[in-house]
Amino acid sequence: MNRTYELMFIVRPDMAEEDLDKLISTLETAVSSTGGIVKSVERMGKRRLAYTVRRFHDGVYVLLTVEGGGGLIHELERRLRVTEPVIKFISVRIDEEQKRLDKIKAIRDARKKASAAPAPAAEGGEASPATV
Amino acid sequence: MADETKAPAATAEAPTATEGHSQRPPSRGPRPGGGPGGPREGGRKYFRRKKVCKFCVEKIENINYKDVRLLAQFVAESGKIVPRRLTGVCTPHQRRLSSAIKMARNIALLPFAGRAM
Repeated sequence: MNRTYELMFIVRPDMAEEDLDKLISTLETAVSSTGGIVKSVERMGKRRLAYTVRRFHDGVYVLLTVEGGGGLIHELERRLRVTEPVIKFISVRIDEEQKRLDKIKAIRDARKKASAAPAPAAEGGEASPATV
Repeated sequence: MADETKAPAATAEAPTATEGHSQRPPSRGPRPGGGPGGPREGGRKYFRRKKVCKFCVEKIENINYKDVRLLAQFVAESGKIVPRRLTGVCTPHQRRLSSAIKMARNIALLPFAGRAM
């Protein structure tokens, strides 16, 4: 039962680059030790916060995509909660949404193919009387 | 060739359809504009442009909480979610939109209602 989750967290803007690297690598090891897979790590950079969080106006956003069970998320959230420089985090399950999107895309592609197929057929039908 | 023959037929059908149901204009027409931004006119005598769901017209299915630029179009200055009756977003999309906006608020991408700064 593997699920895909997205963890977005904000670290304080005055955190050093190396510390952030260290934090991310510890999270990655935590993921792999709990039996999950890190799919991607994306640093979204410094952004202005929409409201003040712990007296900070800015924050460095990091997006982590992991695959694993619910226990993994539980562990990661616990870690993020006790990590002092992390000022906010959110974890979202994305596999079901992705499934829905893929389904819609498949339907659209099928429809596109279906609408594209009759057009040449109709043209052929029209062309044959013209030639005769 | 096939396109040419089809196009007049579609336009000829459209008026009959509107006569049949005078309340509802033919849906799913690619109407430019008319998305977010609320009503453009105040008086009743002006022509009221039919509002259409931006997500249906542009075929945006992926309403994600990370897409701040998209979500910000449906959030008022004060931070409130703009109601459907002003933006014209259809119910299924508004549902997804509002949950995405709420998630974005949680991670400080969008403000909560009321500018606290």
